[in-house]
Amino acid sequence: MTHRRPSWRPSPAQLPLLPAALLLVLALVGPALAPHDPLATDVANGLQPPSAAHWFGTDQLGRDVFSRVLVATRLDMAIAFAAVLMSALAGNLIGAACGFLGGALDRWIGRVVDVLTAFPLFVVAMALVAALGNSVSSVIYATALINLPFYIRLARAEVAVRRHAGYVQAARLGGTGDARILLFVLLPNALPMLAVQMSLNLGWAILNGAGLSFIGLGVRPPTPEWGVLVNEGAQFILTGQWWVALFPGMALFGAVYAFTLAGDALRDLLDPRRRT
Amino acid sequence: MLILRRILATLPILLGAAVFTFVLTRVLPGDAASFLASGQASPEEIAALRAQLGLDRPLHAQLMHYLMQLARGDWGQSFTTGQAVTADLLQRLPASLELTFFAFALALAIGVPLGVAAAVRPGSWVDHLCRAVCTAGSCAPTFVVGLLLIYGFYFLLGWAAEPIGRLDALVAPPPTRTGFLLIDAALAGDAAAWRSALAHLLLPGISMALFSVAPLARITRSSMLAVLGSDFMRTARALGLPRRQALFGYALRNALLPVLTTLGMVFSYMLGANVVVEKLFAWPGIGSYALDALMASDPAPVQGFVLLVAALFSLVNLGVDLLGSLADPRAGEAP
Amino acid sequence: MSGVLLQVRDLSVRFRRRARSVVHALDGVCFDLAAGQTLALVGESGSGKSVTALALAGLLDPAAEVTAGSVRLNGTELIGASAKTLQAVRRGELALVFQNPRRALNPIRRIGRQIEDALQARRPRPARAARERAIELLAQVGIAEPAARWHAYPWELSGGMCQRVMIALALSGEPALLIADEPTTGLDVTTQAGVMDLIAAQARQRGMATLLITHDLALASGRCDRVAVMHAGHLVEDAPVGALFGAPAHPYARHLILSTPRLGLPLQALRAVPGEVPDLGRTDLPPCRYAERCERRLDAACERTPVLSAFAPGHRVACWNPL
Repeated sequence: MTHRRPSWRPSPAQLPLLPAALLLVLALVGPALAPHDPLATDVANGLQPPSAAHWFGTDQLGRDVFSRVLVATRLDMAIAFAAVLMSALAGNLIGAACGFLGGALDRWIGRVVDVLTAFPLFVVAMALVAALGNSVSSVIYATALINLPFYIRLARAEVAVRRHAGYVQAARLGGTGDARILLFVLLPNALPMLAVQMSLNLGWAILNGAGLSFIGLGVRPPTPEWGVLVNEGAQFILTGQWWVALFPGMALFGAVYAFTLAGDALRDLLDPRRRT
Repeated sequence: MLILRRILATLPILLGAAVFTFVLTRVLPGDAASFLASGQASPEEIAALRAQLGLDRPLHAQLMHYLMQLARGDWGQSFTTGQAVTADLLQRLPASLELTFFAFALALAIGVPLGVAAAVRPGSWVDHLCRAVCTAGSCAPTFVVGLLLIYGFYFLLGWAAEPIGRLDALVAPPPTRTGFLLIDAALAGDAAAWRSALAHLLLPGISMALFSVAPLARITRSSMLAVLGSDFMRTARALGLPRRQALFGYALRNALLPVLTTLGMVFSYMLGANVVVEKLFAWPGIGSYALDALMASDPAPVQGFVLLVAALFSLVNLGVDLLGSLADPRAGEAP
Repeated sequence: MSGVLLQVRDLSVRFRRRARSVVHALDGVCFDLAAGQTLALVGESGSGKSVTALALAGLLDPAAEVTAGSVRLNGTELIGASAKTLQAVRRGELALVFQNPRRALNPIRRIGRQIEDALQARRPRPARAARERAIELLAQVGIAEPAARWHAYPWELSGGMCQRVMIALALSGEPALLIADEPTTGLDVTTQAGVMDLIAAQARQRGMATLLITHDLALASGRCDRVAVMHAGHLVEDAPVGALFGAPAHPYARHLILSTPRLGLPLQALRAVPGEVPDLGRTDLPPCRYAERCERRLDAACERTPVLSAFAPGHRVACWNPL
């Protein structure tokens, strides 16, 4: 199997990766670029529509919506990344072990996975956050748990297919232990598929995290996070101050879209056979 | 026989759900006994209460006790409403179900025809519209869509009903028979209530439906494309079968089989999205019930909600399975 | 010429591939088929035999394009014909039988009902009459207990039986021409014989012409009046079966025959056809597509596209240096 190193000249196929890259940059340096302090209140100037001074207007406490949306990028990205990384790592190890070793382990984990997928994902998140307490880490764990079955199944399938491949048999014959085969032979081969799935999952994790904070679980005001911002602004929609809720909403949409694009582009780059 | 087997297959899931909620309650901070007893209770009184609630027994005994309770229909009591959880859930279930069914029907009515049209005319504007809807739909958070709809159709255009609750404040609800307002209003011949109920269903229903339109349209389109290129469709053309029959009787019927399996997933997603939509539109369903309980650290309703949702999901999956075996005579045969 | 049922002239087809390249699948194919005759179209994989069959019936992929040529069935021009005309022809005079019969049938519909669908499309009739005719057809194609088998699904039947159902479907319109595209590939030898016998018997009974597409020369030799050999999208030889096997004119045809096992001939005498079929996607395809493999190649003469010309009465060959 050939590994194609990504070229560093931006090709048309790599263009869709830019929005996601931009988001990552914003997550890193965003807070430094914010024109106003996201937490600074100025009630006299509350609920002002978008203007030159405040690009996204102000919320009910006079805080600059643009700065809040910008600063929130970091938290949303961090939550989503942490969750996806966690579930990808854990899921891969568990799934690979299942695919490789089979037997009772495989069967029991399979059953647990089946039970897990029986729950609407949001409900699992709610229940977990209820149990673990209302904090950012709970949301991360919940989002990771939700995604876990997906990665388990993916890794299991990939490994089960390759388990009997020639090079694995050769490694076995050479005396390499099962664990080493798993870690150094099988897993690396599954990586390209993994990268694609992770990117697509990121968008989904962002949606999930924001949804949970919208209903009050996880991140809470006044911490700027997109879901929280939408929640704070929701009541003002009825009175016509759309900017408080809809700008963060658009940011959410944009972020998810960016990562979906990136995921599709990665898929085309890494496995051209799969272009739809 | 097959039906029985399928029903039996759902039991482990329900069991798993029960164990899950049991585990959660033990992890929940806040000892139930301390909560129940008032602030002035002495440690002995709390200990007595704990023994009464069975909280001092070993964990597996508690689990058995818990499972027995569930089987008996005793799902605990809500501290906030003071009623049995089962009663609360039953009272609020029709509201959630009506909303979910409405959104589900909407998603099907939009998604499937869109996917079919896109597959039959590849490269046309319908195809592009389908792809745009699929991408946008799967990226748009339900609550943002809801807010957008409220702003656009309620505030700006004034077309939509006030996004609060299931009926206009001034409209009297019809006598409760099923709990489904559309049905109850129809049964009572109450046109005003019926129209109001429908108007209030629209915005939340569309919000919930949009996210599901995307996967439905996508799967319908790809399934239809695959079927249209298959050998038996070529035979249908070679036989000169009328276009309508070839498209609907032959192609669509085959193409819908994979779509059927997605339906379970879609419904499952909607059961979860219920929570968000009910909060946004102040809809008195089980989702908002559970959420309020969660915020008040009232554990029993949350558990009840999780169990109920698992049961609903299993039921829907069962239904989809059965539908599948009806639609595809190959079901159950070795592949 | 009375009795010429099918007239194919200069049929050329190309396929558009993804990377903007083009595959020249067929180039200048010409042949005639008289009523009641059986013509075998033979060649290696990729020679364009199936493409010819599909092009005749207008059933090519959307990615395919008929760039030139004419196909006349009983005087009706099929190339460029309207959808309505094509549909009418397919419901009546033209019928097809495909390879992989189990995949060519609707998997979730009972076979009896599929036959009735075909019957109703040809000529609407009351349900009862359609049912009776369907059962009758099933019996005619040699399916035992046709009334019971009516209820069967394709996955419940063997490959041979599925092929018989396909033949029943094809015969439901009383066609004048039956195009059978590799009807026996994938079936075991006994079943093959059964299916071919059935086709031959029905053709005789109904005075139906048959165009048999196959890579199996042995099959062609036993069942057909005439044989046309295709190579890389070109029709290179067209002769009565005896003449072709007795005295092939085109070097490729000769190699094909030598590579076919025959009773009495020791296996060691088998010879593979030298070289490979050229990639039809190339932009530098030589005019004679066999030239690169040909041991009889004449340097100057073979630079031009060979034309099908009379070699002997009723025997045509496209070669500048025939045997």
